Amino acid sequence: MTTAKIDARPASPVPVWTRLLRDPRLPIVVTAALLVVMYAYGSYRYSFDQQVPANLLINNSYLIVAAVGATFVILTGGIDLSIGSLVGFSTVLTGLLVTKNHVPVGLAAVVVLVAGALGGLLMGCMIQYFRVPPFIATLAGLFLFRGLSLMLSKESIPINDKTVASIAQFHISLPGGAFLSVGATVALVVVALAVFVLHYTRFGRQVYAIGGNEQSALLMGLPVARTKIAVYALSGFCSALSGLVFVLYIQSGDPRAAIGMELDAIAAVVIGGTLLTGGFGYVLGSLLGVLVIGLIKTIISDEGTLSSWWIKIGTGALLLLFILLQRTVTARGTRTTR
Amino acid sequence: MTALARIRQRDWRSLTRQQLFWPLLILVALLLFNLPFTPNFFSVGVRNGHLYGSLVSILYFGTVPILVALGMTLVIATGGIDLSVGAVMAISGAIACRLISHAADQNSVSLVLEAMGLALLASLAAGLFNGLMVARAGVQPIVATLILMVAGRGIAQLITSGFILTELSKPYGVLGGYAATVPTGVFIVVGFVAVAAVLTRRTALGLLVESVGGNAEASRLAGVRAQRIKVMVYLFCALCAGVAGLWNSSSLGGADANNAGLWIELDAILAVVIGGTPLTGGRFSISGTVVGALILQTLKTTIFTIGIPAQANMVFEAVVVIIICLLQSTDFRRRVARLLRPGAARGRPVGPAGPAAPDQRPAQAAVSPESVEIPS
Repeated sequence: MTTAKIDARPASPVPVWTRLLRDPRLPIVVTAALLVVMYAYGSYRYSFDQQVPANLLINNSYLIVAAVGATFVILTGGIDLSIGSLVGFSTVLTGLLVTKNHVPVGLAAVVVLVAGALGGLLMGCMIQYFRVPPFIATLAGLFLFRGLSLMLSKESIPINDKTVASIAQFHISLPGGAFLSVGATVALVVVALAVFVLHYTRFGRQVYAIGGNEQSALLMGLPVARTKIAVYALSGFCSALSGLVFVLYIQSGDPRAAIGMELDAIAAVVIGGTLLTGGFGYVLGSLLGVLVIGLIKTIISDEGTLSSWWIKIGTGALLLLFILLQRTVTARGTRTTR
Repeated sequence: MTALARIRQRDWRSLTRQQLFWPLLILVALLLFNLPFTPNFFSVGVRNGHLYGSLVSILYFGTVPILVALGMTLVIATGGIDLSVGAVMAISGAIACRLISHAADQNSVSLVLEAMGLALLASLAAGLFNGLMVARAGVQPIVATLILMVAGRGIAQLITSGFILTELSKPYGVLGGYAATVPTGVFIVVGFVAVAAVLTRRTALGLLVESVGGNAEASRLAGVRAQRIKVMVYLFCALCAGVAGLWNSSSLGGADANNAGLWIELDAILAVVIGGTPLTGGRFSISGTVVGALILQTLKTTIFTIGIPAQANMVFEAVVVIIICLLQSTDFRRRVARLLRPGAARGRPVGPAGPAAPDQRPAQAAVSPESVEIPS
């Protein structure tokens, strides 16, 4: 033991469980497991019925839609802080168009979606062409859109349109007696579309490539400028769609709606296992992240005796857990200490 | 072109390339912009035994943004970011106000000092958490500090039990009030800025911070204790936020865990960027940050004094911020210059190192050499 011997053995294979621990998909598996455990605990303690998981989707549908947009941006290594403001702006614009100007609901929805996409496009151009950091450009967007919605209307605009009410009350029955709202269906469709776009289209691969290494992507001849701008436009579009879903939920246009929602969206993306440096992550993870945050809220409100601030502390603790988990996953090799 | 004109041009160019040139220009322009709307904008008077006037109120309310942005500057210089400053402000104010409001004698000086000490200790603990997460655990700063940003406000609400705690302590009120006719905040800010400037510019500390921000791994290999430097900047940032939280609760006479320091992290980061410190790290300017924070505060005062309708506040602010960001973007300035002189831009050599023999350039370029690209 005391003499130093040269180890002539071939490099031993990595143990199975180390390999498992270092699988980049581990955070998503853990999120899913946590969701199941929390759900089991909740159903044991408060006797959840079949409608609870459906309600989880219904109550968080707008956040799911927004988190999908945030996932695209974060996958390219950027960040979008304008989500909450754009959601608020979209609700106000919908309220104004439908209630004050009596525009048909379908047309109003199209206008709102185009406005959201244009807003994202402008921020994307600032980021790509003028090299304004994404954090700052979308921060300006946060101020701008919240300000615009306050300018459009100081007070909340109630939407008493029959079409909106009937869409909001429309229920899609599921086997087992549960039902889904239109918003929840939209959220699920958006997630499915995003999975398809990210994994089965050229655009999706470009998003991952830019997030992995923008310089390499450029040298490979990928359309970096176009893709980056498109990603922000897409996030703007998702925020506007999230605003429309939110309108169904609150049936009014509120200039103060969804303040700080971008943080919920980013937290959901992180809990879902997407790396904030970009290049790795799944949309399904973000969906799970939103559901985990939503389940915390459900359990804490069902508990009744716990005050609302425990939601924040719980979300923070959960973030901590997942981030440390992500570190063990990404810590392989010697990465920079950054 | 005469030699004289060429020299003047070079002077102008080196002036505009000074780090503080654009921020100072914007600040002066903003201040002057007020003059037609508020003729007595620059007048300073004495009322109730202390100074008053628009300029004084800019300094008074500038305490929080300058302090927080100061701490943020060093964090950003190491390539990090601290989103938790607002939550730390709320925690610090909540602790101080809880201790003071529950005490029998609120006017006891030792009590106030003890409360402030405990509040700052808690802030330092928050900074230590952020620092260890970033330096030791190697978590990306934006994520590491997002944890406390979310949870910290919950902790502050836990401390105040969800109420707005009010206190009537006289000694505590001095902090957010006036001392010797001048806002106490000015003394605090000057003290902190001076200490930070001396520590970073008169010792090697600033260089070390910049080297860590430039390349943490390389500076570690060069013998710089990169981890320790990172923990230190997060501690300093949290301390600044803690003091800002104390000032805020003292000036309001109470702690509101929900609204204390809300969105201050965004203002602070904006002030740092406007002051010329890049978000990528490796370089910082404390004087730039102070000017940047003053620009933002002046903007807010301007909006208030020239009577822009309340609901248009944010749009006005956003538009100014976008303009400032674009002005600071060299790519934007270059593009505008190119747009203004399309003829000159076309036949231009690619870089300054290119074979730029002056006599081979198109005639127009020789007429207007200021359109020649300035490499950033």
